[in-house]
Amino acid sequence: MEEIRLIEVKEEIQADNKAKADAVRGRLMAHKTFLLNLMSSPGAGKTTTILRTIEAIGDDLQVGVIEADIDSMIDAEKIAGAGITAVQLRTGGFCHLDASMVEKGLEGLDLASLDLVIIENVGNLVCPAEFDTGAIKNAMILSVPEGDDKPLKYPLMFTVCDVLLINKIDYLELSDFDLHALRERVMNLNPRITIFKISSKTGQGIEAWTQWLKKAVDEFKLS
Amino acid sequence: MHELPVTESILKIVLRHAPPGSVNRIVRIFLEIGELSELEDEWIQHYFDYLSKGTVAENAQLVIQRTPIVFQCDSCANAFEIKKEALKNIRCPECGNTRCNLVSGKAYLIKNMEVV
Repeated sequence: MEEIRLIEVKEEIQADNKAKADAVRGRLMAHKTFLLNLMSSPGAGKTTTILRTIEAIGDDLQVGVIEADIDSMIDAEKIAGAGITAVQLRTGGFCHLDASMVEKGLEGLDLASLDLVIIENVGNLVCPAEFDTGAIKNAMILSVPEGDDKPLKYPLMFTVCDVLLINKIDYLELSDFDLHALRERVMNLNPRITIFKISSKTGQGIEAWTQWLKKAVDEFKLS
Repeated sequence: MHELPVTESILKIVLRHAPPGSVNRIVRIFLEIGELSELEDEWIQHYFDYLSKGTVAENAQLVIQRTPIVFQCDSCANAFEIKKEALKNIRCPECGNTRCNLVSGKAYLIKNMEVV
């Protein structure tokens, strides 16, 4: 009978990703380039919101986009079609982006000439919440048609975000979405989150959200 | 849903702690995973069985202990454990405030392992 020995490991499973994420942040800091990680379900309006946001930013900031998709180029083509610098990452079946994938994406961009890079993460409210991408801030979109119960189903996502964009607000009157209940559920999990009501279709609320983003970029550049 | 990359990390780490010559076989691996993580225990084991073939970790059993979710009251700073089912209505047991911040519950840690 072989003798069983106990080996102490005491290691974080995500330690490699965490170290990589910190390295990404170090690189961003050196270039004074702000990185925003944008997450949501499929169809919540990530691509349209990115286009609207960049349009509202105008010439104030130079913006690049990292598009993550499991296996298509549709979003990246849409972004590039609008004349915006975009890098496409195919996650090859992976349900989220991790810091090493983001690092690869950043290599495809000229960081020295960019003030802001927006990551369009894979459409999914579960997995992206568990992986540090190296972003400076995390934002998520919840669209009205998805329903006001999402914080109950995907609590972790709501706890890791600095900003919540409630999109498709123009659809509110046609739905039974309870804005008050949603706000209470979100604040219950994360009272420090900033919430904006937007419609990427009509442009409603985009100005206020963009002002917040520009301020966050400015503060980062001065830090 | 993201069990595969997590399992790859687990294997990489345990193999680093089991240098050839000193370890013949890893028998059991003890993990601590936060209650808030959506990982399925069964799938982690499936992926591990697949990835570990031909290594000293082949046939090792993963023993997963779930660590509690802890929130902290935004008003009185009291930290308290909460069950996953109770997340629908978080309330500070000290002062009754409903504005609370997540402190822990998404940890992924390899504690130790049994080897021969």
